Amino acid sequence: MRYLPLTPADRSSMLETVGASSVDELFRDVPEAARLSGPIEGLPMHASEMAVERHLGKLAAKNLDAGSAPFFLGAGAYRHHVPASVDHLIQRGEFLTAYTPYQPEIAQGTLQVLFEFQTQVARMFGTDVANASMYDGSTACWEAILMAARVTRKGKAVLSGGLHPHYGEVVRTMAKFTKDEIVSLAPELTAETDDAAVIAAIDETTSSVVVQYPDIMGRIPDLEAIAEAAHAAKALLIVVVTEPVALGLLEAPGNLGADVVVGEGQSLGVGLQFGGPYLGLFGCREKFVRQMPGRLCGETVDAEGKRGFVLTLSTREQHIRREKATSNICTNSGLCALAFSIHMSLLGGEGLEQLAAINHDRTQALVERLTQIPGVSLLSDAYFNEVTLVLPRDARDVVRELADKGILGGVSLGRLFPEQAELHKGLLVTATETVTLDDIEEFATGLAAVLEGVAA
Amino acid sequence: MSGVNTAGWRPSMNEVALGDMAPATQSGDRALMLEEALIFELGCEGQTGVDIEAPSKAVSPALSKFRRKAAPALPGLSEPETVRHYTRLSRQNYGIDLGPFPLGSCTMKHNPRLNEKMARLPGFADVHPLQPQKTVEGALEVIEQLADWLMKLTGMASVAMSPKAGAHGELCGLLCIRAALDARGESREIVLVPESAHGTNPATAAFAGFKVQAIPATPEGRVDLEALKEKLGPDVAGVMITNPNTCGLFEPDLKEIADAVHAVGGYVYCDGANFNAIVGRVRPGDLGVDAMHINLHKTFSTPHGGGGPGAGPVVLSEALAPYAPLPFVTRGEEGEVHLVEEENRGEGHERAFGRMVAFHGQMGMFTRALAYILSHGADGLKQVSEDAVLNANYILRSLEDVLEAPFGKSGPCMHEALFSDAGLPDGISTLDIAKGLIDEGFHPMTVYFPLVVKGAMLIEPTETESKQGLDRFIASMRNLAQRAQEQDESLHTAPHFAPRRRLDETRAARKPVLVWKGDEEA
Repeated sequence: MRYLPLTPADRSSMLETVGASSVDELFRDVPEAARLSGPIEGLPMHASEMAVERHLGKLAAKNLDAGSAPFFLGAGAYRHHVPASVDHLIQRGEFLTAYTPYQPEIAQGTLQVLFEFQTQVARMFGTDVANASMYDGSTACWEAILMAARVTRKGKAVLSGGLHPHYGEVVRTMAKFTKDEIVSLAPELTAETDDAAVIAAIDETTSSVVVQYPDIMGRIPDLEAIAEAAHAAKALLIVVVTEPVALGLLEAPGNLGADVVVGEGQSLGVGLQFGGPYLGLFGCREKFVRQMPGRLCGETVDAEGKRGFVLTLSTREQHIRREKATSNICTNSGLCALAFSIHMSLLGGEGLEQLAAINHDRTQALVERLTQIPGVSLLSDAYFNEVTLVLPRDARDVVRELADKGILGGVSLGRLFPEQAELHKGLLVTATETVTLDDIEEFATGLAAVLEGVAA
Repeated sequence: MSGVNTAGWRPSMNEVALGDMAPATQSGDRALMLEEALIFELGCEGQTGVDIEAPSKAVSPALSKFRRKAAPALPGLSEPETVRHYTRLSRQNYGIDLGPFPLGSCTMKHNPRLNEKMARLPGFADVHPLQPQKTVEGALEVIEQLADWLMKLTGMASVAMSPKAGAHGELCGLLCIRAALDARGESREIVLVPESAHGTNPATAAFAGFKVQAIPATPEGRVDLEALKEKLGPDVAGVMITNPNTCGLFEPDLKEIADAVHAVGGYVYCDGANFNAIVGRVRPGDLGVDAMHINLHKTFSTPHGGGGPGAGPVVLSEALAPYAPLPFVTRGEEGEVHLVEEENRGEGHERAFGRMVAFHGQMGMFTRALAYILSHGADGLKQVSEDAVLNANYILRSLEDVLEAPFGKSGPCMHEALFSDAGLPDGISTLDIAKGLIDEGFHPMTVYFPLVVKGAMLIEPTETESKQGLDRFIASMRNLAQRAQEQDESLHTAPHFAPRRRLDETRAARKPVLVWKGDEEA
């Protein structure tokens, strides 16, 4: 077996050292009835590298990958070009095969990366500080709501109808068990975001207000107005960013009054990967630092006075505080944070702005072309790289029919909001820098054909 | 002892030989020992390492009012600068690729590169989680095949694949228990957790809204069965047991514990962090377990990446299976793979307790874990646990004459060997031994955990280490134990040869500096 270095001779000589006649003796604490004598039945035996490649290669080939089709999906996971150096560098064994940096003297590589990552995230978000990552955007969102409850000592969160429905589901699932109160506003197929409804839902018992920016339908809420209303009620404004590239063009939420900014960092460096592993981002005001969830890396000096980095404020964390910890999170998304940070280092602030500009440009071209098709209209003209189109019929069928033509034509609002029939003609489409004008033309032709004869 | 590293070279050896003669360098670097500045000190704003096409038209007027006043104040680096920055930083890290990483309870085993190659196939790496189902059947098939292996290896009825890491899996298991209790109309509040448990166990129970009660350990390092039984009653929702436990010992009473817990209407959660000790040899389902998470980044070799990503699928008993969260992947009667989401939860999974993550969980880790499992097969996985246990016992017996092994007398250990600082002279601590091990070129063991043993040193070699490698490690440990007995002062100031000396953690926590502010200070 290629991964196991012990030889049969090693095993017998080691058993002798150990004083056991067989390896079975080492398992003597396992009750007899639970000890299996041979390999578990009904499962295959070991396989060569070539055989495993063949098996998995066949499964991979059954999928239609985004690079092999005109591709316009977003809804919280975006396809961006990842520079070749990113994937090369994250595969350096010293990064890939390191553990959480509990021994800082021999983990300065990881720790310095985390310090740089925290700084990059804080500057993108316009927050004072950021942590070393969470699992993904949805869990970061729930952790932000919990933190706001600790900070404000209140327990009611108001969720905008523009929040990603999966994030809303995660929050409602968790709140059911923790007994936090969640007010979820219904999503509406309107040109405007639901700022007014969000503001109207805030009262003195509200601990946090959760608003996505840009929202799930691609629209952009007025954060300043919501922040003002939240702060008047001594509630925190939590802003969720599922497409961080947007922050190359849009004002940073922290500069518009957000107290906590969380998000999904997958867009930079990580790739689509069918939904995971992704990267939860978490930034907030400095005064909440001791209430934050997750790991934090801080600067310090070593015994010779040289600058170095360590994991810090661990008294918030489960391995020290146990049931009184701010969160149960342990392993987070270290390697994805590295990928994000490398991609961000390559881009720099100006590169991010240029990347955002070309995303917006491509989406403008997409909107212009698709709205020429009879029956297709644009929901809102304030958008970044994702828009909702209103179609003459259920977009779920349209997406399936487009897939039959080899076109990955967006995400139907019906898939995201199965219970809101009034949204089902909505189709969410995204164009990033990876989309070509030819892709747009192919999409438009396909969509026109699918819709032919049903135009209103 | 054969194979001991007598000719090991390390970058700063010249300095030791030269003593005060070692010259200072102008750069601060020393040959291959390279310092590296922060990107904010290296890069300049306006520089970029990515060529991006210019837009053909202006930003739309509707977007203009939301525009940033200035680009984020982040420097960019050209590609060669970027590659050097991260390559230089990587050299300040220790990884399993460099040598033994015997962190107890963390299972740092070899990460096969085939796994990386498979996860990068475009059919897995470049598919969107919301693509129409018929365009991602192969990806769903990977999830289902891995799920099938996990159920068969554990002897359990079902598995929830979406949890993102071990602690998230614990949460999933406890929420299934909560949902099952709710369905019975019972609101039990107490979860029993042994003192020796990972910190995530009590933290998770609290996070899920339960009250935690601790169960003491026996002098033999096991769960105190009698103490546990005394606490059982109608308020107890369940117990969280780690097996093998964090002392590296199998809990022989698990079945009896499970029967007692079931008799009062509770459920048994098993922390599967240490599954590597028994994979392919023992099925937790045979011991009465209702839920157990499996850290794919431990037992099934997906890389830890300096702190994640992990993946924590949770296997479930018949009693808890109906409550597994969405999305949920099953196999239909005709063999087809079936994805259940909110849209179609009525199709056989209507009791799901909700959703824990956006999308499907850690797909990239599923592919890697499946590649690992297929490579080993049922026979190879059995050999994995046997070699892991043999390696740990070899360390236990090779060091117990020089280091106190608190449970060494009671019999063999499982996959990790536990020592303590009890036999060390006053003034020499577990931390000193750990830092001394760094100078010897090894990553230290887990220290000061489990909490039930004072000055604990928990060594988990895994099946990855060869006998030669173990002999080198043992020789270094014996040498350190001897230096400790001789009150070698230099142990207090170890490490001497690492990129940094001991770091001031108190200073870091007192006035936290969590982001770079160098450009604001001037």
